[in-house]
Amino acid sequence: MGNEVGSEWIRLIVGAVIALAFASLNALFLVWLERKVAGHIQLRPGPKEVGPFGLLQTIADALKLVGKELITPSAADKKLFVIAPVLIFMPVLVGFLVLPFAPELIIRDMNLGVLLIFAFSTFSVLAILAGGWSSNNKYALLGAIRSVAQNVAYEIPLLLTVMSVVLMVNSLRFSEIVQAQGHIWFIFLQPVAGLIYLISATAETNRAPFDIPEAESELVAGFHTEYSGMRFGLFFLAEYTNMFIVSAVATSLFFGGWHGPFGFDMKIPGIVWFMLKTYFLIFVIMWVRWTFPRIRFDQLMNFSWKFMIPVSLANLLVTAVVLKFI
Amino acid sequence: MAEQFLEPVVENVYTLNLGPQHPSTHGVLRVVLDLDGEFIVRTDPVIGYGHRGHEKMGENRLYKQFMPNTSRMDYLSGMLYNHGYVLAVEKLAGIEVPERAKYIRVICSELNRISSHLLWFGTYVMDLGGFTPFLYAFDDREQILDILDRVSGSRLTYSYCRFGGVCQDLDSVFIDMTRAFLKRLRSRWSDYENLVTKNIIFIHRTRDVGVISLEQARQFGVTGPNLRACGVAFDMRRAEPYEVYDRLDFEIPVGTKGDALDRYYVRMIEMEQSCRIIEQALDQLPGGAFLNPKVPDRLRPPKGDLYFGFESARGQTGYYIVSDGSTMPYRLHVRVPSFGNLHVLVEAFQGTLLADAISTMGSVDLVIPEIDR
Repeated sequence: MGNEVGSEWIRLIVGAVIALAFASLNALFLVWLERKVAGHIQLRPGPKEVGPFGLLQTIADALKLVGKELITPSAADKKLFVIAPVLIFMPVLVGFLVLPFAPELIIRDMNLGVLLIFAFSTFSVLAILAGGWSSNNKYALLGAIRSVAQNVAYEIPLLLTVMSVVLMVNSLRFSEIVQAQGHIWFIFLQPVAGLIYLISATAETNRAPFDIPEAESELVAGFHTEYSGMRFGLFFLAEYTNMFIVSAVATSLFFGGWHGPFGFDMKIPGIVWFMLKTYFLIFVIMWVRWTFPRIRFDQLMNFSWKFMIPVSLANLLVTAVVLKFI
Repeated sequence: MAEQFLEPVVENVYTLNLGPQHPSTHGVLRVVLDLDGEFIVRTDPVIGYGHRGHEKMGENRLYKQFMPNTSRMDYLSGMLYNHGYVLAVEKLAGIEVPERAKYIRVICSELNRISSHLLWFGTYVMDLGGFTPFLYAFDDREQILDILDRVSGSRLTYSYCRFGGVCQDLDSVFIDMTRAFLKRLRSRWSDYENLVTKNIIFIHRTRDVGVISLEQARQFGVTGPNLRACGVAFDMRRAEPYEVYDRLDFEIPVGTKGDALDRYYVRMIEMEQSCRIIEQALDQLPGGAFLNPKVPDRLRPPKGDLYFGFESARGQTGYYIVSDGSTMPYRLHVRVPSFGNLHVLVEAFQGTLLADAISTMGSVDLVIPEIDR
């Protein structure tokens, strides 16, 4: 018995270390990908000088960030200011513990995995508020206020759409949700929920066109205006890791996780399918960012409260009624 | 004693310094905003950070030597400023200009107007958060800079015009490049339309935003595309035709409401009209001399003064020159359109959201060095 508990702990620790390494590498890769995607959309080559295809560019950038001085504004709330970047990165990391990369590759297959991932992702709002408030800067404060309002508004449709998937499977366990999609992905059964999830997830990660908390042309850099060096780097890292998490969750909930399309696995390992789909969704999020202008704050709130929440509620209701009578 | 000069403290209002170092003020403009939450209660533009004393410099150098200064006031439409300056001095001194030179100046000026509007288009959409159209517009603008570089040898501050003509003739390569560019630019309109004009987010960010009424526009001396967006078809090229504009067929686009979307439409249509002007001017381009050889280096205009207004990319620009009969102007004053366009914002910002203020400020197309001079 004791041996089993011990092996569980080892599994968790090893998993956490791998998750940390993967998160950092993944963020470096995503920053490179983002710049390449942006470049090609904008008729320019993107980074290409450092390393093959510019792959080492982000590593050079990261090294530069590490070497920068960590400036704390003299009027800042020092404790909160230092804690905020750590606070935003840790919850994102927890998400890796429950993500179903492949049937045998889940660090901890919890029966409340879906709940856990969304509970922790809500923490990021707290960190943004702490960072924005403690900077003692009006732009940062405005960004933080916007971020809180936005996240409250978008978390609700996000959870409502997830609920309609959970209702279909009767489980909050990621592995069971993915297994239920062996033949048909839930995006085909729940197209409305899938679409609303993707929109809310973009808003949740503060990505354009919903990037109003850091709206560059209005708020300079929003909540992280006063951050420099690796503290800024952590905010940056968290944003890209968060992007991976929401895409991975979308893959597991709506796009069949480790399954191939319509039950055809084509002898390709599950992890490859999972990663392919996740990175494709990330690409879509990037594509959207480099295409659309930014929505105004009150329009964003209207869109959520007057459109997305009623539609997702109706979707949940219809799902429940249909499930009851079949 | 000092208390009477202090303004009363209003409760629930805080002050935000927008600029002078801010991504959306495009230069060193500082706007002091009093905000209630995100709503603007009071606006106070502060100018003068980029003051270089161009007008004073004008009093200390030959008429000819002031030419480089003109394109440095509005660095985005330097050719238009050169053009207006030589027109003013030519009128003051009574200098004949060959027909060919007039057409060449019109072609180059309109190319410059398109490049200025393209840059505005790119930066405006960037102010609204869309980065990609910015690079598309710069890609197109680059072609114009190459074309103008070919005749003037420089990309932004041209100093291409001379009293009595231009410094270098157009060649066939220039004409081919210009025609090719016009064709290319017209093929891009549909891209811009699909990416920006029809974009639902863009429309929501600009429609009914930053409305400038005709009354306000008149009070603050707003000119150019911003005035035309209010519904007045006032264009110096038509109102007081100079050069060969009365021989060319072009339309003056007008808006209806005077909001940011109207200003956007007016500028986009103006680019197409500039294309038409260039095409007609290229077709009608006569042969002959491109520079009046009789103009002396040390020009001595007769005693007197003169105001000459012309249409720059942002509205009516005017040179007021007082001559005392010597080789240098006694006084040189420039009327710049951006000054009125900036100060009308004090009223346009009232009660709007911060995000709308950015959208409005971008839509009036300010060039700060032109105000500061």
